[in-house]
Amino acid sequence: MTKSIKNPTRRQLFGLAASAGVAAALGAHASASTPVPTKARIVIIGAGAGGTALANRLVRRLEGAEITLLDPRVQHLYQPGLTLVAAGLKPADYVLSQTGDWLPDGVTLIPEKAAAIDPEAKTVATESGQSLAYDFLVVAPGLVLDHDAIEGFSLDMVGQNGIGALYAGPEYAARTWQAASKFTEEGGVGLFTRPETEMKCAGAPLKHTFLIDDIAKRAGNGGKIDVQYAAPQTSLFGVPIVAEKVRMLFGDRGITSHMQHQLQGIDADRRRARFSTPDGSVELDYDYIHVIPPQRAPEVVRQSGLSWADKWTDQGWVECDMASLRHLRYPEIWALGDVAGVPKGKTAASVKWQVPVVEDGLVAAITGTDPTQTYNGYTSCPMITQIGRAMLVEFDYNDNLVPSFPGIIAPLEELWISWLMKEVALKATYNAMLRGRA
Amino acid sequence: MKDLTVGTLIAVFEEIFGRGLFWAMVGLAAVVTLGYVYVLIRDRKISWHKFLLAQLSMPVGAVLAVWFVLVMTHSELANIGGPVDLIVLLGVAAGGAVGAAILVYTMQSLLWPPAAERS
Repeated sequence: MTKSIKNPTRRQLFGLAASAGVAAALGAHASASTPVPTKARIVIIGAGAGGTALANRLVRRLEGAEITLLDPRVQHLYQPGLTLVAAGLKPADYVLSQTGDWLPDGVTLIPEKAAAIDPEAKTVATESGQSLAYDFLVVAPGLVLDHDAIEGFSLDMVGQNGIGALYAGPEYAARTWQAASKFTEEGGVGLFTRPETEMKCAGAPLKHTFLIDDIAKRAGNGGKIDVQYAAPQTSLFGVPIVAEKVRMLFGDRGITSHMQHQLQGIDADRRRARFSTPDGSVELDYDYIHVIPPQRAPEVVRQSGLSWADKWTDQGWVECDMASLRHLRYPEIWALGDVAGVPKGKTAASVKWQVPVVEDGLVAAITGTDPTQTYNGYTSCPMITQIGRAMLVEFDYNDNLVPSFPGIIAPLEELWISWLMKEVALKATYNAMLRGRA
Repeated sequence: MKDLTVGTLIAVFEEIFGRGLFWAMVGLAAVVTLGYVYVLIRDRKISWHKFLLAQLSMPVGAVLAVWFVLVMTHSELANIGGPVDLIVLLGVAAGGAVGAAILVYTMQSLLWPPAAERS
């Protein structure tokens, strides 16, 4: 059994190797102590990136624990790949695998949704009425895309009449490319949106914008397109220095931005989108629109009283400490991944950093010791700006840039090496994370 | 990146090239390297005649290596965006050049050992 440890010289040591386009690295591993014997009953809600990676780590870390995962999804989605599918760079099955293939022996998968959580009685009820008692609970069910919040829009529309919605899954990402590719050939107004709520990888809407713009221009149709980006926020990205860089890139590419524009609905027949703005309702024409709906915690989380009462009240993210991810009122509960109520962290890169923290906290709780690891809000966004180039943007809770390869890979520079990482290296790293080995 | 491991590195290479192609390349590199070491030990000297031909193969190896990487990563030379990209590209070219030189030298030595060369 091995246990990953932090290595402060990692960046310097491994930067050059990684810049060879393969995220090369040597081990930052040390032998850990023998597995902790325990009879603890651990329930993990969700077998996505967070739940699966954690389960793999816990089975090596604990001996005798009863680990149960709840997730009805047969297929596992490599969500960072959806952007590539929606740009025609990868097929839909690029992001698909079987949930069961990633799970270790020694855990029990119940293929059902959690229907209710009773944090007082420490039980989880499944949809079929089964009740699972737990000593420790990890809430990692992901989030819900609230497509119904966009008036006039339904997922059936994706792929036709210039409508795309890549977040909805691989099939929809592929259908998004059908609509987007038509736009890159025929031209017109391309309208790219994002929601007001917290969301998975906030860089993804920008990547889609950049890629579709690039593909149209490569096809010689740059003169026929008018690319516009509309967002409810006041800036193009949550990290000010990155927002400024994106603003400059938009300027260079001739992409217009409409800030403080929140998508309310679409009229698919007239190809018009309605936005709310501080000055009232505004309508914009489009020939291609990319819809990203509001994103919220699953209803079971809110119904169970685990959400913040005074923050994100319309979204319901789990109330937890931003450093330990431990629930603030129920110390035997942790939040992991998209559902965690922390300021940043709805990416696979965040999950990669969160999982060891939850693992550490959980094992410390079992052994009655103090946890040693904390999450600093790290997240990573390989911001593709064109086919063949990207910016490897990494930052933390404080909006500080925290490059993995300082002095080698400039985070705000459009580089081929960053493209290589996104296109070929990240999925392998993600897979290693799922197996609890990265 | 958080924890970077040898396992991750191998997984990354497998993902880039496909598991079969990657391990086939590793096997080929190992065989060529072993062959090179073998002929050096066997001959106990460098044949400068063979070395000249090996050197001539280096530009070809460099170009092939760069082409291979660009194709496998769906990119093109125009995507080079900064110094690190150039360094990586030159590294790939250098690797291809050295690999080709070793391959050509080894093949010559195996096919035409010193005795055959003298005759």
